[in-house]
Amino acid sequence: MTFGLQLFQFILSGLTTGSTYALIAIGFSLIHNATGIVNFAQGEFVMLGGMFMITFHSLLKLPMLPSFFLTVLSVAAIGLLLEFGPIRRAKSKEILILVMITIGASISIKGLSMILFGKNPMTLPPFSGETPLILFGAAIMPQSIWIFGITVSIVLALNYFLKKTTTGKAMRAVAASRRSAMLTGIPVDRMILLSFTFSGALGAVAGMIITPITTTSYDVGAILGLKGFSAAILGGYGSMPGAVIGGLLLGVFESLGAGLISSEYKDAVAFLILLTILFLKPSGIMGKGRLRRV
Amino acid sequence: MGKKNKIYLLAYALIIFLVPAIWKNNYHLMVLNIAALNIVVVIGLNLLMGFAGQISLGHAAFFGLGAYLSAIFTATFGFPLWPTIILAMVITGMVAYAIGIPTLKLEGHYLVMATLGFNIIIYILMIQLDGVTGGPSGFPGIPRLQVGGFVFDSDRKIYYLLWTISVGTLLLSLNLIHSRVGRAMAALSHNEIAARCAGIDTENYKVKVFVISAVLASLAGSCYAHYITFISPGTFSFFYSIQVVTMVLIGGIGSLWGSVFGAILLTILPEILHAVKEYNVLIYGIILMVVLIFFPQGLFPVVAGIFRKRKDEARSGMELVPGKGP
Amino acid sequence: MPEKVFQQNQTILETREITMRFGGLEALNALSFSIAPHQIVSVIGPNGAGKTTLLNAITGVYSPNSGEILFRGMPISGLKPFQITARGINRTFQQVQLFSNMTVLENVMVGMHPRTKSGFWDGLFHFASERREEKKIREKAETLLDFFGLLPKAYWMSAHVSIADQKRLEIARAMAGEPELLLLDEPVAGLNIRETEAMGDLIIKLKQTGQTIILVEHNMHLVMGISDWVIVLHHGAKIGEGRPEEMQKDSRVVEAYLGT
Ligand SMILES: Nc1ncnc2c1ncn2[C@@H]1O[C@H](COP(=O)(O)OP(=O)(O)OP(=O)(O)O)[C@@H](O)[C@H]1O
Ligand SMILES: [Mg+2]
Repeated sequence: MTFGLQLFQFILSGLTTGSTYALIAIGFSLIHNATGIVNFAQGEFVMLGGMFMITFHSLLKLPMLPSFFLTVLSVAAIGLLLEFGPIRRAKSKEILILVMITIGASISIKGLSMILFGKNPMTLPPFSGETPLILFGAAIMPQSIWIFGITVSIVLALNYFLKKTTTGKAMRAVAASRRSAMLTGIPVDRMILLSFTFSGALGAVAGMIITPITTTSYDVGAILGLKGFSAAILGGYGSMPGAVIGGLLLGVFESLGAGLISSEYKDAVAFLILLTILFLKPSGIMGKGRLRRV
Repeated sequence: MGKKNKIYLLAYALIIFLVPAIWKNNYHLMVLNIAALNIVVVIGLNLLMGFAGQISLGHAAFFGLGAYLSAIFTATFGFPLWPTIILAMVITGMVAYAIGIPTLKLEGHYLVMATLGFNIIIYILMIQLDGVTGGPSGFPGIPRLQVGGFVFDSDRKIYYLLWTISVGTLLLSLNLIHSRVGRAMAALSHNEIAARCAGIDTENYKVKVFVISAVLASLAGSCYAHYITFISPGTFSFFYSIQVVTMVLIGGIGSLWGSVFGAILLTILPEILHAVKEYNVLIYGIILMVVLIFFPQGLFPVVAGIFRKRKDEARSGMELVPGKGP
Repeated sequence: MPEKVFQQNQTILETREITMRFGGLEALNALSFSIAPHQIVSVIGPNGAGKTTLLNAITGVYSPNSGEILFRGMPISGLKPFQITARGINRTFQQVQLFSNMTVLENVMVGMHPRTKSGFWDGLFHFASERREEKKIREKAETLLDFFGLLPKAYWMSAHVSIADQKRLEIARAMAGEPELLLLDEPVAGLNIRETEAMGDLIIKLKQTGQTIILVEHNMHLVMGISDWVIVLHHGAKIGEGRPEEMQKDSRVVEAYLGT
């Protein structure tokens, strides 16, 4: 294989994983915009997505499509419960405490998953076979096509929802200013609940589409969360287009790093990018600096 | 520091140093020795959480950095013991500085992810750089702690050394929070804008507190390595970071006495419960959530409240529970 | 409180064409003015006129998109809030921002931060110099609390004192930084008539020590009663300035208030 072709191959596979990072990053942004919380459990949603899909599809032998929607519903419900239970019931509303509650939730989900699903890595069959397609001489797995397709559809649908529907506009109003939104009579609590539910659903999808490629296990949540977060920072924290661009870029950087340097240190790439961006341009590629009111 | 704290500290030190005389079981002393080191880490972490309003999920990595740097420099290169421990603290401090500068300049919780990432990287390095670290099977044969030819070669002997370090850390930290700098830190963790407008260089303080906190973890890590004489990556995984965060929360954010309580409780409790290892992670997760949801001030004020009379309630809140005190 | 030494130059603060934009909104629009020392200068204007934004720009909480701010002839735009405080500008907030986890006394002690210097090592070891400074801080804080009538409540948690006391405490904390210029953002908002009068007396008392004060206030009775000079903002721009009696009669000012 020529070097150019190899590079192309790395970029393609980077865009594939990058798409899932984008979905995770969007999840982070939704919750952050609504509440100011870094939802540490975001990565666990992704892990649960993979695990539930394996349970419904591989273990209970349900067909692909029902399994897919059941998984989305289940993880969305877990997202909803996280907000409705721990976050809402918390005596202290300090951000520090709330962030830490999501850390606690993340650890609990991980601990429970270890008991329920065991410690071994598990995988899913690809959605439609494993015969690679050839594009300009590079091999693309059908699963990658699925990943691109699903990610693009979700991003478009979410964009439509946020820009065109009343509920979506209300969510954006809450993100812009919680106080003004409350004064306008927008049910802020419900919008926050919605952001957690959506983040759960997004995590579920990310987990389901990536598991056939990367496999999953009970403990992948933290690292996936870190990557989604880094992607969000790279693109500009809180910005939707930023999340997508950041996710794709991070995927490509990581894939190039693994391919050209060493795959053992692949996970270090996200961290280095995170620190570099915070150092050089904390508002990210698409972000605008925000001012806090006094 | 206030008279009350001085009396508490004296009583505490007295009890601590009487324990080995009464307690004959060496295994129990070992558990207490680990508790002494955990206290050092937890106090450091609490300075960060309670006085800079920031969370670190990478303290296992700083603890591990201290342990491995100590092991490598003394066992592999034959450096002298105490200078090495200090060198490890300096290096760890510089690493923390490098992480803190970009993340703490910003308002918000960027540090939590950066330290998580750092923990993951350090863990990868401990396993991958097996030529230097011994890889997954660990690093054996680390020289024991000694002072002027006196080797601390039993749990009982080392008890006094580790607890001196532990009590010393508490003393200095109590001093710090009851000073101009401590007040500034308490202010910035509570109301950053007001603190900045009151003339406090909040970024600088946050970075400094983070560095101190990492340096304390490094010190504890070095002591751990020279005490157990064998280290392996498993000890320094992300889970230890979670454990120390939980200890801080149980004791109460911003309460140093609470940290002592939290660290001792959560070091001893698993030994008593002999919890099945499988449930460990889940149990910590649930403890974290329950404490955070229902007792955001930690369990220590609840427990202490049972013993304390209510008479001096109205007086200064900074005396016993600074930071987020009621 | 010690009398301030009178200065020779006639402006202590000057803004030159400062503009502050939030998205499409110009909260400050090429605003220029200058302020003479040892006076009470009030900044008034309808809600959303940009008064708080102006204070935020002066104290470095926001950095203006363009323009310059000079304090005692030196540019301070671009400095961080703590640096500006160190140079001698201190403020209060429209919504009280106390350290509510601390006592009244401790709040004032924090305020002395820029004028004291014990560092980390002093804190760790409580050296003799640190203990001396700490004693000095405590004594001076008590003197200040006495001036503001808060000494009896020195050991109360600051969250537990009345709103009027909290507002006074905020001023006391600001004064602990020994500012040349004190910025007050609506110090009587939420106070009853008697408390408002007391606050007015307090501000006058501060002025008598030589303190320069910029007062942002909606209470026209107070503004007209105690100000030496009044600046009127509307939509981020200055629509008039002058002596209180003049401003009271100025048609543009009346229009701005009635029109919105
Ligand atoms: N951080 C911010 N982000 C966006 N817009 C802001 C911000 N701060 C102020 N504004 C806007 O700038 C304008 C001026 O606000 P400012 O708070 O300065 O008014 P004000 O004169 O203090 O009013 P009030 O008398 O109600 O306190 C308002 O329209 C406000 O909504
Ligand atoms: Mg205002």
